[in-house]
Amino acid sequence: MMTMHVGTLETWATIVTVAATAVAGDVLTAAAMRSIGDLDDIRAKSGLSGAIKAVVSTPTFILGVVFMAGSFFSLLFTLSNVDLSLAAPASASLTFMGNAFAAKIFLKENVDRRRWLAAIFVCAGVALLAK
Amino acid sequence: MKHTLTPQRWLLLIAVMLTASIGDTLLSHGMEQVGPVSISHLGTLFFALANPWVIAGILCLLGFFASYLTALSWADLTFVLPSTAFGYVVVALLSKFWLHEEISLYRWLGIILIVCGVGFVANGPSRTEHPDYPGVEVDPLA
Repeated sequence: MMTMHVGTLETWATIVTVAATAVAGDVLTAAAMRSIGDLDDIRAKSGLSGAIKAVVSTPTFILGVVFMAGSFFSLLFTLSNVDLSLAAPASASLTFMGNAFAAKIFLKENVDRRRWLAAIFVCAGVALLAK
Repeated sequence: MKHTLTPQRWLLLIAVMLTASIGDTLLSHGMEQVGPVSISHLGTLFFALANPWVIAGILCLLGFFASYLTALSWADLTFVLPSTAFGYVVVALLSKFWLHEEISLYRWLGIILIVCGVGFVANGPSRTEHPDYPGVEVDPLA
């Protein structure tokens, strides 16, 4: 049997898995919400139940939620091996940067210099909060 | 092209940042009372659902998800996400002034960075993608 020490590679593999599934979940739900259109308008027209029905019946949304759940469970798994003070800020920071890339590539958002700076600042800030 | 947000939409973004951080804090307080849950005794999680703090936390997080999805229906992902990060700042300030925890220099630095980051995005447009003209870069602020 190997030693109980968890290798650095394994630590970062689990953290990257948490971030990658979180990015997939965020981008898919964002794409779903965009395809549905302004929820305020839908609610004004067909009420809260109509808005909920519109969201829940979108396949992209369901897929996004599946990825979010996957991210949650891989975070739980990571926390059983890695300290919270490393896992939480590291995965959150990676998720922020990953989302900026993914939003530009998949959602065609105009991630300008201002938003890149914001992603980098928030990412660094989250890492510092855990110190 | 400048998208101006109505006061109602600013309120919704504030709800996104507050419900996320308050929900997490409530859950964490509740789970401290429940005690550690091991993989072999996942049934303990059902008892956790009877804890009022956990219930309040879950209700808060449901509110977060609803307001987050509504915000995504009219704003970019890269616009909404920094506002969720602002929730970390709210938690840090709550723990400083309400729970009287010490905040290290690193944390203050982290708080300042997040506030700057959110400030950059909040000054810009909320929606940049134009489905009618795919591939056309609009609003070249950079």
